[in-house]
Amino acid sequence: MFKKLALTAVLALSLTSGTANAAGGAGYVEDYSFSFEGPFGTYDTAQLQRGLQVYTEICSACHGLQYVPLRTLHDKGGPELPENQVRAYAAFYEIFDPALDDYREARPTDNFPGSNLENAPDLSLMAKARAGFHGPYGLGINQLFRGMGGAEYIASLLNGYTGEEKEEAGAILYENTAYPGGYISMAPPLWGDDVDFADGSSTELEAVAQDVAAFLMWTAEPKLNHRKQAGFTAVFFLTILTVLLYLTNKRIWAPIKARAKRQPAE
Amino acid sequence: MAGIPHDHYEPKSGAEKWLHKRLPIVSLAYDTLMIPTPKNLNWMWIWGIVLTFCLAMQIITGIILVMHYTPHVDLAFASVEHIMRNVNGGHMLRYLHQNGASLFFVAVYAHIFRGLYYGSYKAPREITWIIGILIFVLMMGTAFMGYVLPWGQMSFWGATVITGLFGAIPFIGEPLQTWLLGGPAVDNATLNRFFSLHYLLPFVIAALVAVHIWAFHTTGNNNPTGVEVRRTSKEEAEKDTLPFWPYFVMKDLFALALIMVVFFAIVGFMPNYLGHPDNYIEANPLATPAHIVPEWYFLPFYAILRAFTDDVWVVMFASWITGGIIDAKFFGVLAMFGAIAVMALAPWLDTSSVRSGKFRPMFKWWFGLLVIDFVALMWLGAMPAEEPYATFSLIASAYWFAYFLIILPLLGVIEKPLPQPATIEDDFNAHYGKADASGSAPAASPAE
Repeated sequence: MFKKLALTAVLALSLTSGTANAAGGAGYVEDYSFSFEGPFGTYDTAQLQRGLQVYTEICSACHGLQYVPLRTLHDKGGPELPENQVRAYAAFYEIFDPALDDYREARPTDNFPGSNLENAPDLSLMAKARAGFHGPYGLGINQLFRGMGGAEYIASLLNGYTGEEKEEAGAILYENTAYPGGYISMAPPLWGDDVDFADGSSTELEAVAQDVAAFLMWTAEPKLNHRKQAGFTAVFFLTILTVLLYLTNKRIWAPIKARAKRQPAE
Repeated sequence: MAGIPHDHYEPKSGAEKWLHKRLPIVSLAYDTLMIPTPKNLNWMWIWGIVLTFCLAMQIITGIILVMHYTPHVDLAFASVEHIMRNVNGGHMLRYLHQNGASLFFVAVYAHIFRGLYYGSYKAPREITWIIGILIFVLMMGTAFMGYVLPWGQMSFWGATVITGLFGAIPFIGEPLQTWLLGGPAVDNATLNRFFSLHYLLPFVIAALVAVHIWAFHTTGNNNPTGVEVRRTSKEEAEKDTLPFWPYFVMKDLFALALIMVVFFAIVGFMPNYLGHPDNYIEANPLATPAHIVPEWYFLPFYAILRAFTDDVWVVMFASWITGGIIDAKFFGVLAMFGAIAVMALAPWLDTSSVRSGKFRPMFKWWFGLLVIDFVALMWLGAMPAEEPYATFSLIASAYWFAYFLIILPLLGVIEKPLPQPATIEDDFNAHYGKADASGSAPAASPAE
């Protein structure tokens, strides 16, 4: 009874403490190590480029990234494609232009297209919407060092297919150890060796899943590198300011406190 | 001001005299900044500055965010993403604003509990206290409506649940709810009016803050001993006080800078720590999230709202005596607002002649329990509405009311307070003075 209650409580806050939690309702999320975790963690450009390739060749068949402007592929702290490559990449997509009332080639100033299938959710923010790490004890301090857990969830999901299937209301559901509830309607998208990486990186399922998860973390939080840099600068200078104010305050109060010392309460 | 004798601004040059005759604005600024402040204030007196800073930061970041935000159900979510991706520094502005709300509530709860412990609400500071509670209520309204604006799943469903509370009011509930929402459900009209009010209320708060400061500048600050500043002569007053500038400005700024270090570490390194992942999914009226949980700062009151279910005898009694007009839902709403109302009434519920909790041996324990109770309610508010949390919530809610309605009035009668220092000067000297005085610090000079 208590175990069940505890599990429900865990679900309630979508808590997944530390490395993982018990399988069952909430799903098992492996705590993969990503380059962007921790206060000093940043994106791995090469990994983002590989993730972009996986997204383009596989995920984009059904899913979209409607909030992500194509030009940001060139931005620092992102996949950092050269401008001509971004232009060439954009032209790969066709988007609907209301001004022309027709489809045309996408330009870098356009966003990625949205999802092609109605039940394939947009992936722009998925890594933040599925943040899973709120431990320990639901306090979530882990986030500071391990990240939010969204990328871990995505990688775990892509890795989590058991091969079992079941049919429900005319649809095939696939068993997945990471998905809440245990069965997902998305067919396994990756099997291993689905893509060829120019840099010779591993194309094993687990590696590819992490690459695309890292890329989706970037689409969800493209300014992560900037933000941490700004945070570091702010903390650094504010610490100096704090020390200076501490000394100033101490100095101002010193004569007052010294006077109190000379006149103890009678 | 303050009724505490002190030096006032004297215009010296011709230009100063000319201005002073027409608008004594320099005089106002001078007297406000140089107000005599009890010199024994401890670190719990820094939250006022933090709160003022929060208000300023929220207004400034908010005004810039509005320049890029679109209050429309089809565009709001995308416009927030536009801020996060395309606006220069937009992600920083939004994270500052979002986490600024949390800092605001951390500070306001510390400020309120400071007041509750040191009896800052007691005569003659009742007006300061009531204005403060009003500000707190407006802050909650503003924060709630602000949370709706990004139009994520939690925005939408939070709004649906909370505005649904008004529907619980007998007779006028449903028309009132429709009127508030601008339609039968949370929709574009709701988003627009929330946006409008979210922009308006901070300025109302700013005005009330001015009144809040005016009120306690009239009565003078409370202090950790609760002993009043001597006002018979300027010399005596100066022994108890120091001018706000530079002594307390510097102290407060130091504390603020330290808090900013932590705040910017959170904004920089884990800005979504206090948010809900579900709010990164656009609002969908057709898909209810598995668990609708309000922001952390609403949780204690949310727990009180849910605690009173229809199997609780007080609820059954209220229902029976009113012929069913008060049902469990309405009772919960009354309890939630009542929890704040009893705080507002504290000046009249507390019968003790001693102001500061420092000299109230029994009060200390009950107050400590109240702080634990508040934290427990916050935790319970995040738990699902089932056993054993329901029972815990009921006990914790009951204690909240018992503290204000039973314990505070009774303690004043049965408690024997400790001796207080005769003056603030004595307290200050005892604290910083020689070893012989520090041994029996506050009781160094028993009240005659």
